[in-house]
Amino acid sequence: MTAHTPPKSVGAPRAKLSAARVIRLVAAREVIARLRSRSFLVSTGILLAIVLGSIVVGGIASANAELPKVAIQRSVINALPDMSGYAQTLVSEVSEVEELVRAGEVDAGIISNSEVSPLGITVIGLDSAPGGLIAQLSVAPDVRILEPAEQDPFFAYLVALGFGLVFFLSTITFGSTIAQSVVEEKQTRIVELLLATISARLLLAGKVVGNSILSFGQTLLIALFGSIGLLITRQGSVLAEVGPSAAWFVVFFMFGFVLLASMFAAAASLVSRQEDLGAVISPVTTLVMLPYFAVIFFNDNPTVLTIMSYIPFSAPVGMPMRLFLGEALWWEPLVSLLVLAVTTGFVIVVGARIYSNALLRTGTRVKLGEALRG
Amino acid sequence: MLEVRGVGRSFGDRQVLHDVTFDVLPGRMTGFVGSNGAGKTTTMRIILGVLSADIGTVRLDGDDLLPEDRRRFGYMPEERGLYPKMRVAEQLVYLARLHGLDQGRAKRNTADLLDQLGLGERAGDTVQSLSLGNQQRAQIAAALVHDPEVLVLDEPFSGLDPIAVETVLAVLKSRADAGAPVLFSSHQLDIVERLCDDLIVIADGSIRATGSREGLREEHSGQRYELLVAGDADWVREMPGVRVVELAGGRALFDVDAPPIAQDVLRRAIAADTVRGFVRKRPSLAQIFREVIQ
Repeated sequence: MTAHTPPKSVGAPRAKLSAARVIRLVAAREVIARLRSRSFLVSTGILLAIVLGSIVVGGIASANAELPKVAIQRSVINALPDMSGYAQTLVSEVSEVEELVRAGEVDAGIISNSEVSPLGITVIGLDSAPGGLIAQLSVAPDVRILEPAEQDPFFAYLVALGFGLVFFLSTITFGSTIAQSVVEEKQTRIVELLLATISARLLLAGKVVGNSILSFGQTLLIALFGSIGLLITRQGSVLAEVGPSAAWFVVFFMFGFVLLASMFAAAASLVSRQEDLGAVISPVTTLVMLPYFAVIFFNDNPTVLTIMSYIPFSAPVGMPMRLFLGEALWWEPLVSLLVLAVTTGFVIVVGARIYSNALLRTGTRVKLGEALRG
Repeated sequence: MLEVRGVGRSFGDRQVLHDVTFDVLPGRMTGFVGSNGAGKTTTMRIILGVLSADIGTVRLDGDDLLPEDRRRFGYMPEERGLYPKMRVAEQLVYLARLHGLDQGRAKRNTADLLDQLGLGERAGDTVQSLSLGNQQRAQIAAALVHDPEVLVLDEPFSGLDPIAVETVLAVLKSRADAGAPVLFSSHQLDIVERLCDDLIVIADGSIRATGSREGLREEHSGQRYELLVAGDADWVREMPGVRVVELAGGRALFDVDAPPIAQDVLRRAIAADTVRGFVRKRPSLAQIFREVIQ
């Protein structure tokens, strides 16, 4: 048998296709397909509007918060320290002060009384001692706190909510996008055409990369809008406090996203119809939701946070949270990141195996065990 | 030349291919026929590397195929499918680039091919907005857009109207004429009979016959003859060693035990009557097919 050399008219000049180039082509298609989808653009727009809106509204609300009201007998005014944090009503008589307090028009009153108190004043409350005002008027001793709580608990809650929500929304959104795109290729059978050209691994990698770019892009946009919102409402100091842990969050987010995206893709490859998708991706969705709820409920519980910060699925939320609270030692994020990276690598290998084996089996749902065995 | 050598494949306990061996010659349209479930699609998937063979090899021009060699193949899977929401031209450019073509070449090929297939005006439409026939043409374009050196097409003509069959056939022929081996499967034997140069028959996962169309017909020609005479041909019945299949007036269709008996019949006809025609009947593809898959 003589070897046949095709004539010049057959076959185009073919560049050597590197894996990177294949991944880039697949990823670019994913990105373009998503950016063309109206529902994606609209939902991103709504998300950004919510972020910006909530920061602006929050800023305006805190700027316009009413100062506590105090009625002050005129004769003591010079004996008081700086009262700029209070809305003051100046009156002449003790009875007038008492009336205002009783009527609820002021929160507390201050009258002259040099007989009882060495300070020469008496603070009047309606049904309880106005603690804030008393502290303001008292002589404070020197205070030394041995283990300071670095963050205000409410602020910590907001930050936990922020990290949790961004990770949760982003992985759910883009994870299910990957899942749908995997099933679309299976359902429309184009996957066979693709696999005749490129390997399942590169196809999977391209999909994960493409959707990661989208999700990082969206997260960056959220961060950008959030920062702009904070700056225009003059809450810039928040940025300085959250900044370092947010930077860690981005690093953890990237690994965590790839981890979950591979799981979404592998799970989706088991079914051939969009209708069956919900059942196979719900375990993965649960893995995303658990850390979200955990960080919201337990952001003041150091033990739970410490555990969370080392479990790969919750580390992207748990570790930045602990860094924000100042609870983590310098080496802890590195160890946690290593655990996350190793897990991600492992899941990619297993996920790619499931994906490759299940991709051409159309029809009924492929059992996980079969997909793993191949 | 594309060589398939000793390929076997099982799914679970069920062996679907047994020692499948055949060649697809350059410049030839090779028809691949078999009943549903005979193993055509599995064989084609193995050629494309979409499935792996348990045993056996696929070679191109004497070399074992590597994954990157398959980029030089044009494939039309049995299960049709393109991205429904992607525009036709963009999709073809994407597929061409996945096969290693640069952007410029991919765009040129796409435009040329869409024109050849009569889809030029639909280039900017999404695939889902095309009629089924046009989707089928787009699918063929997807198999050809990267200038493949080998074509493997699973049922390329199913779902096409007669005019579209001619259009697609012209495109495929031009590839074959340029030297590409073209393997296409079909269960429409009449189309295969008209289109193919070579034929491969598969049944129950085994190759039952291979060869050129004419060669196979010759090989499977039995001892059946047709005689046309001016008068009555009734006397053929009485000839020894002859079994009449059909007889009406001057036309007799008969089988003989051995070729010389046919010559005896002819001699007697010439002696007794005016012979209008005498021919050894060659079987149609459908007949050969029925015979070899028994």
